[in-house]
Amino acid sequence: MSVHANPTSPHFKDNAHKALGDPQLQQAMGKLRIGFTAARAASAARLPEFEALRDSARDIKNHTLANLDLYLEAYEKKVVEAGGHVHYARDAAEARKIILDICKEKGAKTVAKGKSMISEEIALNEALDAAGVRPIETDLGEYIIQLRGEIPSHIIGPAVHLTKDQIEAEFRKAHTHLDKDRNLEEPTSLLAEARGVLREKFLSADIGLTGANFLIAETGSSVIVTNEGNGDLSQTLAKTHIVIASLEKIVPTLEDASQLLRVLARSATGQELSVYTTFSTGPRRDGDPDGPQDYHVVLLDNGRTSMIGTEFQEMLRCIRCGACMNHCPVYHAVGGHAYGWVYPGPMGAVLTPSLIGVEKGGLLPNASTFCGRCEAVCPMRIPLPKMMRHWREREFERHLTPSVQRAGLGAWAFFARRPALYRLATRIGMGALGFMGRNKGRFSKLPFASGWTQMRDFPAPEGETFQAQWKRERGGR
Amino acid sequence: MSARDEIFASLRRSLHVSGAEGPRRAAAESRLRENPRGVVPQRGNLPRAERIALFKRMAESAFASVSIVENARAVPAEAARWLRDNNLPATLRRGADERLADMPWRETAVAVSEGASDGHDLNGVSHAFGAVAESGTLVMTSGADNPTTLNFLPDNHIVVLSADDLAGDYESIFDWLRARYGKGMMPRALNWITGPSRSADIAQTMLLGAHGPRKLHIVIVDEGTGLL
Repeated sequence: MSVHANPTSPHFKDNAHKALGDPQLQQAMGKLRIGFTAARAASAARLPEFEALRDSARDIKNHTLANLDLYLEAYEKKVVEAGGHVHYARDAAEARKIILDICKEKGAKTVAKGKSMISEEIALNEALDAAGVRPIETDLGEYIIQLRGEIPSHIIGPAVHLTKDQIEAEFRKAHTHLDKDRNLEEPTSLLAEARGVLREKFLSADIGLTGANFLIAETGSSVIVTNEGNGDLSQTLAKTHIVIASLEKIVPTLEDASQLLRVLARSATGQELSVYTTFSTGPRRDGDPDGPQDYHVVLLDNGRTSMIGTEFQEMLRCIRCGACMNHCPVYHAVGGHAYGWVYPGPMGAVLTPSLIGVEKGGLLPNASTFCGRCEAVCPMRIPLPKMMRHWREREFERHLTPSVQRAGLGAWAFFARRPALYRLATRIGMGALGFMGRNKGRFSKLPFASGWTQMRDFPAPEGETFQAQWKRERGGR
Repeated sequence: MSARDEIFASLRRSLHVSGAEGPRRAAAESRLRENPRGVVPQRGNLPRAERIALFKRMAESAFASVSIVENARAVPAEAARWLRDNNLPATLRRGADERLADMPWRETAVAVSEGASDGHDLNGVSHAFGAVAESGTLVMTSGADNPTTLNFLPDNHIVVLSADDLAGDYESIFDWLRARYGKGMMPRALNWITGPSRSADIAQTMLLGAHGPRKLHIVIVDEGTGLL
């Protein structure tokens, strides 16, 4: 069974262990740590208005969410005026059915897909396959992981966990019609091969399906942002264009979209703007020599309208740039697949429990050091650590936290509420540890701390607590 | 209850509104009507010659090449030169745009065909609606004049831009679009293009020519500014 229907998020700890011991994954992640972060920092530094744009972007989304019903109505009206169709889906099953019905109506055999995280969220490919319609992922990274039967490990770089050699092996296995002695040494030859293979598929696809980065209420346009041009070929060449998007992608006007576009690419890859930003409005017009003859938008709720008004509402500002995971020490260490479902990293740690339940996704908000880098770089200023803390509270309230951890927290709380006892206990503890470690200055083994000492020594305390030192220092003045 | 009704009901329950509140409606309607500008970077707010220079610099940093010619009649020779210098066959496909049709292509050796692309054209030429200096971005509109397929299918894309249509920022382009198509109206496809196609999906190495054009050459027609 696939990870869509059966998330491995409840096994985050095992997943993380395996990831840490996977040399190819570690090689791939090492590169990411440096590349994305440096590119974002440089591009933010080039634009004096960058911080003001982040404020503006946050305010636009807050305003839109507070009036989402009205902007949805306005958007729908404009899409219909332009000759398009709008469908509403309460949940993933409903969204899949709407898309399958369109495929059936059109007699579609193949669907060329631009990159869409919502399509991952609703597990569309499996449903299409089961109905005898072949989904073809056309984003290079998505194509690679489709060959491997994997889910994306990063929301903008789906194959970021793979090395060049792994991709070469996959191409040799899949493209059996090509000369088996061909040279695929250089990454450019892999790119050229994928371009050739996919070009044929673009030209023969019956339906083009894309996601949307934004939906514009003023004009009824859907906006996609890509570097490859695959989304554009998908939606331009097929007879039918289906857009699948969650309903919080709405923004009021073109001017609002440009505020968000200015922070999106810079936060994601450090580009001034992605190569292709495309605004699509309805089907082919009279006299148009190209473009789709039908234009459908499927708007997905899947629990989002219920997030509004809760402590997780701010998560709906997310524009899926990936900056939070690019800057996350936990993501750097374990990669995206350890998170066990569609959305990894800090944004996934907040969103996953909302979408699949805290019972299944509850470990993810615990996979954080609360270093705060995700919030510091989030273009939409989403307080990710605060929301992860909310999830931990909910998990605790619902008694989902393991009993040892609960007992530990209970014991700590007992002392924390009794300052005199706390000082006494820590003084005894620090004194004892300091005495025992006085020779080596470190411990290679400690009771209850094997998780730490297995990998590294535990430094011995100085023998005195901070509070005691503080009192002595201050008292001496 | 239909999915649509249920979603709106859930949304309004979460927002504690009925949807009929006058002031809310007025605020949303006024935003849609007035389309207020947000923070517009000052980077592109430059006199004409410097704006052209900024556009050139930004487009080149996105791996496009840029040439400037004195008038539209000089475009075919520049296109022919670029094809020759890149060892490409002297063929081009274009749409019905009169500005392109009026150019003296016959004075060059370039064989020009007309219409949308079916995927078998090596080189295409289009005329831009406009461009944005802020990021070195071309703005293309769909239609018979400049078919969208020419932006994506040919391996090599030449785009002609009139310097008069070069804006400093995206917001100016939105104003021009409203003037051309009407408030709230858009061409079927509006394509912003910033450099040639690329991907970093193989081992996080940036490579040009993923699915769209491998090369993008921009010819700016700049008449009578004394820049040259």
